[in-house]
Formats: sequence, structure tokens, C-alpha cells
Amino acid sequence: MSIDTDTARKVAKLARIRVEEAGLPALARELSGILTFMEQLNEVDVAGIEPMVSVTPMRLKRRDDVVTDGGIQDEVLKNAPLAREGFFAVPKVVE
Amino acid sequence: MTANSLTIAAARDALRGGEISAVDLTMACLTAIDAGDGLNAFVHKTPEIALEQARAADARLQTGDAPALCGIPLGIKDLFCTKGVPSQAASNILRGFRPEYESTVTSRLFGAGAVMLGKLNMDEFAMGSSNETSCYGNAVNPWRREGSNVALTPGGSSGGSASAVAADLCLGATGTDTGGSIRQPAAFTGITGIKPTYGRVSRWGIVAFASSLDQAGPMAKSVRDAAILLQGMAGHDPKDSTSAEIAVPDFEAALTGDIRGKVIGIPREYRMDGMPAEIEALWQKGIAMMRDAGAEIRDISLPYTKYALPAYYVIAPAEASSNLARYDGVRYGHRARLAQGDGITEMYEKTRAEGFGKEVQRRVMIGTYVLSAGFYDAYYNRARKVRALIKRDFELAFAAGVDAILTPATPSAAFGLGEMADADPVAMYLNDVFTVTVNLAGLPGIAVPVGLDGQGLPLGLQLIGRPWDEAGLLNHAYVLERAAGFVAKAEKWW
Repeated sequence: MSIDTDTARKVAKLARIRVEEAGLPALARELSGILTFMEQLNEVDVAGIEPMVSVTPMRLKRRDDVVTDGGIQDEVLKNAPLAREGFFAVPKVVE
Repeated sequence: MTANSLTIAAARDALRGGEISAVDLTMACLTAIDAGDGLNAFVHKTPEIALEQARAADARLQTGDAPALCGIPLGIKDLFCTKGVPSQAASNILRGFRPEYESTVTSRLFGAGAVMLGKLNMDEFAMGSSNETSCYGNAVNPWRREGSNVALTPGGSSGGSASAVAADLCLGATGTDTGGSIRQPAAFTGITGIKPTYGRVSRWGIVAFASSLDQAGPMAKSVRDAAILLQGMAGHDPKDSTSAEIAVPDFEAALTGDIRGKVIGIPREYRMDGMPAEIEALWQKGIAMMRDAGAEIRDISLPYTKYALPAYYVIAPAEASSNLARYDGVRYGHRARLAQGDGITEMYEKTRAEGFGKEVQRRVMIGTYVLSAGFYDAYYNRARKVRALIKRDFELAFAAGVDAILTPATPSAAFGLGEMADADPVAMYLNDVFTVTVNLAGLPGIAVPVGLDGQGLPLGLQLIGRPWDEAGLLNHAYVLERAAGFVAKAEKWW
């Protein structure tokens, strides 16, 4: 599978990574190269094989649905690039 | 010999015997670290924390209440969150981030009395095999080719850890291993590194790369030191739902040096086309050592080996694209400066373009692609099925009585920094060819230095163990270490 410039643009958009228009052809080439390497997987007969979910057969543990932590608003916000009045602050979102 | 070049086992005895204080030992390391800036291994030094911990360790040693790692100075990979100390995963997107909490592994180590000297260089988000994707610049291997001053890679992603341990800047270090990131740098620098069974060590507080593959482990100067450090890191943690509720045995006590009657598997698929003759010769040497120690050598087949790398390079980027979605410029780390009229989408896109390096961007986008509608089955699900087959290969070998598997650790000795700059990304990925199967199958694997190549650079072999049998694996490694008698050190140039 070869990735064209349009697909590269779409992937960058989905990944929320800005790529300038001029950088798209090179990106498409790199991604195509990696995907070509992955094509080897098509040689494998995987009929009847379940996709692996976890390396050790284990059920994810459950715990009681109770609050065990909290009341640490200052710590939570401490590393925020922008925080105001106890909230994370982001550019205005208007739909 | 100065105190910083002691093994952990020797330092433990010297501390308990009162021959040296934890403060003096820590000072010796801090001095070595400052003199070792040319290696670019330590990227955030924490001398104040180190000395405070060392003083506390001395107090405990004096009262006879000394835990296992009391006063042992360690380096910590930058991937571990350490409270109040920069923890950046070698990425610009986490510049300025100082966690308000401590990772489970580091809190266990400090609880056992260990001293933190600082944070160690690595590939950005642990994505790389040469430490060249780091936002801090390259870490440098203390080893050089004979008669050459070309700077070599210490390997990656735990390159700073490997360089620091090999150069005696610390007594041991933490590493993490998603596809070979402990074992490949250990082999490139002539030290020992073990990746434990998936679930043996808590991942809580370690910056996530590929959650089904990531596992932390020790990097050390000897197998015994690796056993001591692993003891301090391992164990169930309720904060990591994949951490196993399985008792942790006494790893050091398992080092009996007796492997008579054990079966060592030699997988024929690990004999790669174009493999250097020196690697093949080293492997044969290792096989002879295990045989001489009384083990039975058995040829085995792991038929799906050749599909491990392509499966890995679907699964790891897929998980990474999901894990790294959290770096959005909102809660921590870098946020791009925005232009007039930019909205939240522009903020995400600019922040991630500025904050992530090239290799990380590449992997996030590959992961995004293989998970996107229409390709999920063709790539991601297929890779997970191949992964199941790779795991089954090992299960069949172990079921047939194999106790451990011996392979080369890397396809070459350390290469020059910059040498792979023009190669395509896939060429770099081939570094993990012998190690990545172990992560896919969730098994424990250890790299042990066994010899030098024709240019005087260290080469290592890898042993792969049964799930949860780190104790047996370490004992096999101990036998290999003793037979190889690897004592060479890099000649000091830094």
C-alpha cells in the first residue's frame, strides 16, 4: 500500500500534527516505506487465530467504584501551561 | 579504583562494613558525573536530593536498620516520573514538566534506601535504538573503536543509562524496554540489562510508549547487581492493573551457578542472512560455555521470528498514537504560541508539531494510519494475530522442555553516531531484530557481555527465559558471565 500526499495530509490531520504542505510528499514517502515493510505480514496464514489482547492470560481487575483520591486541585493544575480560576484554560471553542 | 566503580554488591558490603559512607560514595559518583559531561548521559543532575538521601542512608546504616539498597547511588531514566524533578521522556513537549508524584519503581527503590543521582538521557519517548532522537542531544558511548576517536552510540532507547553505568558514573540505573531498549544498549556498552516478564514490574508513573510491551528493568555492572536491583523494582502494584499478583522470589539467592541438566534452546531462525561472522562466532562461544557448564544444547525452531519486526512496528506505533494523544498542550508541558484567530485545533496541531521530534511524529502517524477506519483489520488486527503466533512459538519450545534460549543480543557492535542518519527508518528498526520477539511474547530476556569484536568493542548475548522465571534466567546469565569472564572497561577519554 502506497501513501499519497492526500492520505498523508489526512493522517497528519487525524494525528493532530501540523505538517506544512511542502513537507507532505516526503512524509508520504517515509510512511509508504514503513508500510511496505509491514506488508510482509500478509504472507502469514492467520486463519482461525485470535488477535492477542494481553500477553498473560489475565482478567483486568475491578475495584469498588469509590473515590480514593482527590482534593488536590493545585497539584493537578500545577503543570498546566495556562490555568485560571481553578480550571485548565484553552482558546475559545466556538462551533 | 574510586568508589564509583564499585559494583552494587561490593558497595553494599563496604557500606555495611563501615569502610565507606553513603555520602562519600555519592560524592564519588557526583564527581564522576560532572567529569563525564562529555558523555551527555545525565541530563538533569540532582545532587541535593542525592546528598540528602545519602545522609539518611548513613543514619540508617549506623542504627543497623539498613534496607537492601541502602546508600546505593543510581541513575534514573528520564522516562520515570520523579516528584519535583524534571521528567521529560527526552521530549520537548514535556519541557518544564515536574511531576507531583513518584513512579512506583522509583518509590520502591528509594524506599529500599537507594540514592538518586539524576535523570538519564534516552531516545524521545523511548522511540529509537541509538539515543539520537533525544531532545537533549546524543548520549555517547564510553567505548571507542581501537585507535579511533569517532563517537559511538550507546544504543537506545536507554542510552544514557547504559553510558552512565559503563562509565562508572553510577552504580546502576533504571531502564525500560519496549522492543530491546534495555538489552541493546547494555550489549553496546558491555554491561548487563534484564527486561522482566511483562507484569513483573509496575508501569505506574512511567511515561507510556506501548503499554502492552513496555516493561522497566535494571541496567547494571554484573548479573548479581541486576538481580539485586530487580528485587528492589519488582512486585505487585494495585495502581497498575497489568501488574501481576505473583510472589517475587529471592533473585540473588537463585545465583547458584549450577545449570547442569538444564536445556538451552538455540533457535535456527536467529541465524540471519548477512550476520557478521563475529556475531556468529560469539554465539558459538556462548553455546560452548553453556555446554561446558553441564547444560544440554538443543536446536529449536521459532518459525514466526521473521514476522516479529513488522508486527512490532504495527503494534507499538498503534499503542503510541493512542498513548501520546494526551500531549495536547492543555494539562502539562509545552503549548505552542498561537496566532490571532487560532482555535483549539490549531493549538493541538501546532503544539504537537513543535513538541514532538521527527521519529515520534512518524510513529504517531503510522499508528494513526493502521488504526484508522478501513485499515484496522488489515494492519492492526493482523499484527495482533501474528503476535499470538510468535508467542505460541515460545510456548511450544518451553513445553518441549527448553529452560532458556540463547541468541545474539544485537546484529552488530555499537555504530557511529550519525552513521545511520541517511538510512531509511526501517534500517534502524533492524537493531531490534533479536530482542523484539521477547516483548511481543511478554517474556523475560537478559543481555550479558561476552566478548570484544575485532575493533575492541563489546558484544553481548541474550538469554530468554520462561514467563516469571527471572530467577532461573538470572542464574543462566550468571553462568554465562562467569564463563565469559568479561572484565574489559572503556578506556577513559571523557
